[in-house]
Amino acid sequence: MQSLASYTPAFLKELYRKMVLIRRFEERAAELRSLGYIPGFLHPYIGQEAVAVGACAALGPHDYITSTHRGHGHILARGGDPRYMYAELFARRDGYNRAKGGSLHIANIELGIIGANGIVGGGIPIAVGAGLALKQARQIAVHHPDDPRARRADGVAVTFFGDGASNQGAFHESLNLAALWRLPVIFICENNLYGEFTPQHKHQTIRDIATRASSYAIPGLIADGNDVLDVYRVVSKAAEDARKGRGPTLVECKTYRHRGHYEGDMGQYRPAEEVAFWLEADPIKNYRRLLLAGAICTEDELRALDQAVEQELEEAVAFAKASPHPAPEEALEDVFVESYGGRALL
Amino acid sequence: MTATPKAEKERRLTYAQAIREALVEEMERDPSLLLLGEDIGEPGGVFGVTQGLLQRFGAERVLDTPISEEAVIGTALGAALLGVPTVAEIMFSDFATLAMDQIVNQAAKFRYMTGGRTSAPFVIRMVTGTAGATAAQHSQSLEAWFTATPGLKVVTASTPADAKGLLKSAIRDPDPVLFFEHKLLYNSRGAVPAGVDSLIPLGEGRVAREGSDVTLVAYLYMLPRALKAAEALAGEGISVEVWDPRTLVPFDRAGLRRSLEKTGRLVIVQEAPRRNGFCAEIAAIAAEEFFPLLKAPIKRVCGTNTPMPYAPELEQFVIPDEERIAAGVREVMRNAVRSASGS
Ligand SMILES: Cc1ncc(C[n+]2csc(CCOP(=O)(O)OP(=O)(O)O)c2C)c(N)n1
Ligand SMILES: [Mg+2]
Repeated sequence: MQSLASYTPAFLKELYRKMVLIRRFEERAAELRSLGYIPGFLHPYIGQEAVAVGACAALGPHDYITSTHRGHGHILARGGDPRYMYAELFARRDGYNRAKGGSLHIANIELGIIGANGIVGGGIPIAVGAGLALKQARQIAVHHPDDPRARRADGVAVTFFGDGASNQGAFHESLNLAALWRLPVIFICENNLYGEFTPQHKHQTIRDIATRASSYAIPGLIADGNDVLDVYRVVSKAAEDARKGRGPTLVECKTYRHRGHYEGDMGQYRPAEEVAFWLEADPIKNYRRLLLAGAICTEDELRALDQAVEQELEEAVAFAKASPHPAPEEALEDVFVESYGGRALL
Repeated sequence: MTATPKAEKERRLTYAQAIREALVEEMERDPSLLLLGEDIGEPGGVFGVTQGLLQRFGAERVLDTPISEEAVIGTALGAALLGVPTVAEIMFSDFATLAMDQIVNQAAKFRYMTGGRTSAPFVIRMVTGTAGATAAQHSQSLEAWFTATPGLKVVTASTPADAKGLLKSAIRDPDPVLFFEHKLLYNSRGAVPAGVDSLIPLGEGRVAREGSDVTLVAYLYMLPRALKAAEALAGEGISVEVWDPRTLVPFDRAGLRRSLEKTGRLVIVQEAPRRNGFCAEIAAIAAEEFFPLLKAPIKRVCGTNTPMPYAPELEQFVIPDEERIAAGVREVMRNAVRSASGS
């Protein structure tokens, strides 16, 4: 754990609030799914909150992220609005994707969220493309400072993915390409020790995925993925390198998901001692203790933050419940921007 | 068009030059447009299409990539989603199989999955078809696969003029476009309009030869073969209208209909294997929507349902030649089930 002295109390409290927001968003989502409000898959982010929150705290307004099937945490950490997220999960018209995407596809480019992804590893090359666009923005800023794209000249692209995804060809191709072109990309691997039901030692021969960076001659850093300040510190370093044109970094965050792979999976393939160990290492519980021990806030203040989150989520759920269902014919819209007369080019 | 013969002659370009001209003009028009591909820079591409572009536009815009099709297409998509248009080259369209996730699961669906809130203006140049003994992994015609994936536009350019005009439209199109260009057409020559804005809109077919007895649909390398067959059949008194759809998605139903209104007979040619090729879709459209216009059963003339063999004589057996195309037309003329005046 870190010394708190170098951070403002407001910053430290915001990290706490965001982590609680994610935890409670996910717990409620699970509940709402069991009540029948959510028709599709849910892969809860519970236990990994420190990764998304620590990493996104290192990002600015011109940065972009790609996310995964376990994406709610990244989206909330990046500024996603729980109202539109729940509406999307409920498959309602006010959802971020107007009920066309669901949990696996929530995106909002204006917020820098290029999207969750249903394909393991699918977002990684897309983030490399975002990195290429950001590198080009540095050129645009020099030659055409008035072009709106010049504004993102200091941008970085972050791609979140799991330990399982680090075995995909897309991961290796992307690291190689980003390294070769020195693109401003940060590859953040959330090693939660399982790819679906398979423990890490049964899907790869290494323990530290960060070592894969050495094959591409880029830095490979390890962060304690259950320590929001450690994640923040390591990702800030990677972001600074990327912004200064020094190219990509692979950051491995060691963490654990508290629940099953998806809502409904009881996770019984995991040894009880292992689960107990990681529940003890809960990122929120420990950070809460740290804030109290460092006299950053009082118990009452933290409780007030918790309550504000409850209030926000309560309203978000109400918003989603009130949002209309899409009309069936809306299925034909949005296939193309330009569709030459036929909406879906049937 | 009243261009002088001299001016026309000056503007005769090869198909490869026409593609290059489209790329140059569009790169000049939009300084943010990027090209990506394996060996497209210094070497100028395996077929020389991008020759000189690196020297002209620099290594920041003409990007030689590692041999990583999945990452290259994902990169082109990611840049496009951030408003940077890209043209990625797949050196042989067979290699698109290594990028199928990015093409089919990501690019094709991105806009739809996000409820219309994103767009990906990028083009994948697909170098396609047989090229003489290129065998099973460098010769395929996979265009129909992609027409079966909603969200992709599929262009098949068969002449130098179409190559230029359609590629320019594809680049300016706000959606992902797969641009199929045929290896055996690269050296074919034809008149190509000058001018930065000589675009050919997507979704408009072209009558490549007028005729009145039968409509012969053909695209890519089958187009010149169909034209030769039509010429030969004219000597037998059969008047063949050769119609090139130019884009498979969007498909010019009205153009096909106009031709069938004239001829009432339909023969469709494709280089790809017969089973589930785009011919089948065209035949289905005609049967479902234009049946009252038809005087004879529809005929498909296609590649055989085999991988592409290596030996030149085997390859030529597999893909339709003029003689097989002509035989298909004769069959339809014989098979007329309804008299020309009857319906
Ligand atoms: C290409 C692909 N293969 C398989 C799946 C099915 N699947 C969904 S999530 C998952 C596990 C991914 O593991 P990891 O990358 O470690 O992420 P985590 O679930 O642990 O967050 C699998 C196999 C998929 N969605 N996409
Ligand atoms: Mg995992």
